Amino acid sequence: MIPAITFKNNGINFKEKAFKKTLTLLAILAVVILIAIFFTLLINSFPSLKALGAGFFYDKTWDPVADEYGALPFLVGTLLTSFLALIISTPFSIAVAIFLGEYYKKGIVAETFKNVIDLLAGIPSVIYGFWGLFVLVPVVRVIELKLNLPPYGVGIFTSSIILAIMILPFSVSLSRQVISMVPDNLKEAAYSLGATRFEVITKIIIPYTKSGLFAGLLLALGRALGETMAVTMLIGNTHSIPTGIFSPGNTMASVIANEFSEATGKIYTSALIEMALFLFVVATVINVIGKQIIKRFTI
Amino acid sequence: MINFRKLILPLLIVAFALASCGGNDSQKEGSNQASDVKSNGILGAGATFPYPFYSKVFDVYNKEKGIKVNYQSIGSGGGIKQLQNKTVDFGASDAPMSDEELSKSPAAIVHIPTCLGAVIITYNLPGDPVLKFTPEVLANIFFGKIKKWNDPNIVSLNPGVKLPDLAISIVHRSDGSGTTFIFSDYLSKVSPEWNTKPGKGKSLDWPVGLGAKGNEGVSGLLKQTPGSIGYVELVYALQNKMPAAQLKNKAGNFVAASLESSSAAANIDLPADMRVSLTNTDAANGYPICSFTYLLLYKDQKYDNRTEASAKATVDLVNYVIHDGQKYAQSLGYAPLPDAAVKKAEDILKSVTYGDKTSQITVFNNSIKNVAVSRK
Repeated sequence: MIPAITFKNNGINFKEKAFKKTLTLLAILAVVILIAIFFTLLINSFPSLKALGAGFFYDKTWDPVADEYGALPFLVGTLLTSFLALIISTPFSIAVAIFLGEYYKKGIVAETFKNVIDLLAGIPSVIYGFWGLFVLVPVVRVIELKLNLPPYGVGIFTSSIILAIMILPFSVSLSRQVISMVPDNLKEAAYSLGATRFEVITKIIIPYTKSGLFAGLLLALGRALGETMAVTMLIGNTHSIPTGIFSPGNTMASVIANEFSEATGKIYTSALIEMALFLFVVATVINVIGKQIIKRFTI
Repeated sequence: MINFRKLILPLLIVAFALASCGGNDSQKEGSNQASDVKSNGILGAGATFPYPFYSKVFDVYNKEKGIKVNYQSIGSGGGIKQLQNKTVDFGASDAPMSDEELSKSPAAIVHIPTCLGAVIITYNLPGDPVLKFTPEVLANIFFGKIKKWNDPNIVSLNPGVKLPDLAISIVHRSDGSGTTFIFSDYLSKVSPEWNTKPGKGKSLDWPVGLGAKGNEGVSGLLKQTPGSIGYVELVYALQNKMPAAQLKNKAGNFVAASLESSSAAANIDLPADMRVSLTNTDAANGYPICSFTYLLLYKDQKYDNRTEASAKATVDLVNYVIHDGQKYAQSLGYAPLPDAAVKKAEDILKSVTYGDKTSQITVFNNSIKNVAVSRK
């Protein structure tokens, strides 16, 4: 009996080890791919880094015919759409998070809401684009006519609204979690002192979860920066710096999607890749900061 | 934890190696793929515009000859890049390759025209009238200098058409595209000002207007914006029954865009290498915004470890496209090559060689001649 048991143990040990090795290998592979993407972008953007230097970030002209590549209009467009989207979506995301994290934690209502909001994240972005084009654009055009602006319909404002809807589930899911993590004894203490529910939310829950809510917004921002398809369909794709929130513009992700497949010429291709590199770095930095805040919050 | 720290450096090295040697790997792979015609077929990549035409012709070719053609419509730029990397047997492009692109290619490349495309000017106006434009008026509209539809310049060209007091909004392609290239090539020829800025290219720094992705994006935005004007491919306009303007050509005639008027535009003295722009040609009945679309292949088909069989198959396929394939063009909305163009294309194809073995070149030439004679 004894030898048989040892044999069996050896078998388990072998399986354990093989399993662990496989897991480690696959995990490492994922990291390697990420780093490889970074280096691919870096190497391929050398020609543009060399030829354009810092001018890439402050030149206003993007003219492939004349071989001039200034990404400032797209930088402005990206920041404007992303932050506007964040501003539009913040009240909604915090409201929904409080609603689900405090008022309706369980039950059919809560489940339905949670699923619907998660579903928002699962809708392909081209569908958002289509919906925006057919529903939102005519509405925005009416608003623009009332405000005596050129009735483009498409533009920074339209894409920001769509982006706001698209990033909602990302900030909601994190905010809801941190709100439901507020210790019960804190809330109960406040109630016992005679605080109303409104006071508990504004004086206890929001101050307590401040950094968590902020991290949620930050992750949502990261998502907004990189969104491509829906924005391309709604932003108007002009190469000039937007003059207001109703004017058309362009974002970095959308320029890459539009122009990369037909880009010929070393500097042109390289300039687009440099833009991708920049987007990659910004998205990484935002994600790392967001994760860091969450980590500090949960510990 | 310590284990993982030790891992970081090797990880970086592996990642760096992966990133830097990607290009070479794909090259080797490609040439191996191209070597066996019977099992792998012929590989091509490039322009999206002629894709429906090519896929029909290649399908028929496969049924007749038993050789599969795998064509990826990834865009002209991608097609040129893949040909330069030698990962495909042939490339395809809407615009002829520039001298710069040709000089950067590893070997001489020939252009074989396969059919013609045209770009139409379309608009969203009440009643869908057929408008007439002169080149000057068209250029000024796209410069944003003519701002209203009832501008005297447009009205005087279109007596009898009731033009509204409506702002003109321009819609152009936002994605890099051969359509934009053809249209801007035309504007550069008719307007010296356009030629200096923004010039001609697949993506431009447009003076005014909104961008939309693809023909469908442009037509979608046009449909939604009253008073808008834009340009799309003739094929797309025919399929979707969009209104199209008549343009004044170089001979002074107002010509509507059609398959016949596109083919007619190529009835000019064509250069031997066929790298020619067909916009604003001298042809009296020609529509002024037309272009050949090309298949691209290496003049010397012996490169890397490419077999003679695949070289022959590629040339035979191209020969098929410019002869038998032409009959499928019209029904799919493409303008077939005029006879003079077929003749020139044939001459170019005959100049394609396999290495410097003269005997094999004559085999090549004979086979093409025989094929050409038997099919005529």
